[in-house]
Amino acid sequence: MWFGQSPRCLSTVSHDHEPAAVQARWRSIVSLIGFAMASIALSSVTKAYGTHTVIRGVDLQIADGEFIVFVGPSGCGKSTLLRIVAGLVPASSGQVLIDGEEVTDVPASKRGVAFVFQSYALYPHMSVERNIGFALETMRLGKDAIRRKVETVARMLKVDHLLARRPRELSGGQRQRVAIGRALVREPEIFLFDEPLSNLDSDLRMEMRIEIARLHEDIKTTMVYVTHDQAEAMTLADRIVVLNQGSIEQVGTPLELYQSPVNRFVAGFIGSPRMNFASLAAGLEAGGFSLPAGLVADGGQPVSIGVRPEALSIVAEGAGRMNGILERIEDLGHEHFAYIRLSDESIWVVRVAGRPPVERRNQPVGLSFADADIFVFDSEEKRMDHRSSGALPEGTPVGGRSLHER
Amino acid sequence: MATTTSISPSARIKRRSSAHYRLRRRVRKGALGLLILLVLAYTLFPYYWAIVSSTKQGAELYTTAFLPALNFGYYRQLFDNPVFMGSLLNSVFVATGTTVVSLALGIVSAYALGRLDFPQKRVVLMAILMISIFPQVAVLSGMFELINALGLYNRPSALIVTYLLSTVPFTTWILTTFIREFPRELEEAALIDGCSHFRILTRILLPLMGPSLASTGILAFILAWNEFLFALTFMLTDENKTVPVAIGLIGGTTRYEYPFGQIMAASVTVTLPLIIVVLIFQRRIVAGLTAGAVKG
Repeated sequence: MWFGQSPRCLSTVSHDHEPAAVQARWRSIVSLIGFAMASIALSSVTKAYGTHTVIRGVDLQIADGEFIVFVGPSGCGKSTLLRIVAGLVPASSGQVLIDGEEVTDVPASKRGVAFVFQSYALYPHMSVERNIGFALETMRLGKDAIRRKVETVARMLKVDHLLARRPRELSGGQRQRVAIGRALVREPEIFLFDEPLSNLDSDLRMEMRIEIARLHEDIKTTMVYVTHDQAEAMTLADRIVVLNQGSIEQVGTPLELYQSPVNRFVAGFIGSPRMNFASLAAGLEAGGFSLPAGLVADGGQPVSIGVRPEALSIVAEGAGRMNGILERIEDLGHEHFAYIRLSDESIWVVRVAGRPPVERRNQPVGLSFADADIFVFDSEEKRMDHRSSGALPEGTPVGGRSLHER
Repeated sequence: MATTTSISPSARIKRRSSAHYRLRRRVRKGALGLLILLVLAYTLFPYYWAIVSSTKQGAELYTTAFLPALNFGYYRQLFDNPVFMGSLLNSVFVATGTTVVSLALGIVSAYALGRLDFPQKRVVLMAILMISIFPQVAVLSGMFELINALGLYNRPSALIVTYLLSTVPFTTWILTTFIREFPRELEEAALIDGCSHFRILTRILLPLMGPSLASTGILAFILAWNEFLFALTFMLTDENKTVPVAIGLIGGTTRYEYPFGQIMAASVTVTLPLIIVVLIFQRRIVAGLTAGAVKG
């Protein structure tokens, strides 16, 4: 059963490894509940509080059954946008359409979407059973019908032994399951998640992340998920929406965002540790780097470059394309991060698998990287395409080891 | 460039032996216990003295015996007195009415002041606070006119109207603070679950507001129960008086006798309902405090 996974069996999460009987049982539960799907469309949605604009004209199409993740720095409006979809916050202008139907002014209670809150927002004075069944109670369903549905959902989420408990008697992970159960029981067409895992510790977060991915695979309902966690965004999303200061910077699959970000913001936001940047004007000349002639297409002035930490390697001083001082090494066991101070005092991070190079701290070192790994940005911080092809060459992995191969 | 800074001896914390701290902790514990006893004696002795005095007859009253004489003659007299028993009923009616009305008004206005955004919010909150600043004597004559105009003179319900002046401000303030701190996500969750605002209020908000309702309710009840000035002014005939006034008007058999024992018996009788109310609500307050928060 998928929601009962312990972190130890994470390697067996895919369906193929499961006994057929378990799969069949799961299928039968899913078919018992029966989920519809719905598309979502936002057209020039804005939101302002007084003179403070939070959302600046967002257009977005979300297809039936798609898993969309909103990411962005705190205060970028991602939660507000989700609340606009839910109807908890009215849009100042623009339209929200669910399945082609205009719902901009329909209140949250009538939209039939499910929302999982960051704080879970379980009703503290109700048992788990009533928490899950409360929406059905509000719909005036019969007692027996409510009980049946609540039990089905609780079994699915492996909280059926907790039905009589109050939320305060549950652990964080159990509360999270109950919160998801409360959303699930209504058979919603749209699932909205507002940073649902940010209150969990990292082990549990990874477990729940996989279970949410599984949930989506199984019920195939449209899901919109807000997070600031890179790993959640990259692993869960069909498409990621990167938001910044209330506008969409880029929409694309995780790989698209990683390999061909449209601008410096997206390049810096996607990938962890973040991309190293340097301006071409001052620092790099001193650091010993100059942009190879003819690397980027004409029609713009290259102003800065970026190289991902995983595309860099440390070589002897003078042997690479840039020089700096190896200042600090963080050893994570399976990989290490080296921090190198360049001559312009900026610090670049190098991510290298395996054991760290010893005895080289505070030593001058060189940095080497391939032409293909250089992201070039113009004066408006837009990424400039390399001359050889439209985007980064397909099939040439970024730096030879992209995030997804790890 | 890691430089190791050595801590100079003077910057070190001076530490004494463990026994020293153990002794200090014990002394503190003992002192605290002593202090609690002192406070208890200070607050409870007057009430105890009233009980002792109420069971003494005649000249015994002027002796300083600390043990009750267990003569309940005054209590019997009191319970046989229809005017006093009537005033007890009046007090129950007035205090309960005041509590219910001020809680109802308090919840509604607190929801508005704590949740809705409107420009005059601060002004309204300050105005509510200002109301409770004026001393009762200052508003007495104005209130008298109001009561007359409403045709409520010499009716217990007049007292409910006037007591709202002092109870509504603090119930509103206390409940506003509570609603402000009430997690908005809980309400949003209820909205998502399809609830109307009324259902949110009755099913989510009110059950969770139990503790603060209980504490403000107790305060309002005590205030209304003990009030003297308005009760004395607005009630004319004996059968409409409330307990504090009735006690004040208990007279002796001759004009030279001060009926100390009777008054003490009445005071004790009048305090009992308050104690009962507080004990009932106390349990709710404690139960509510452990109800648990949104996240853990």
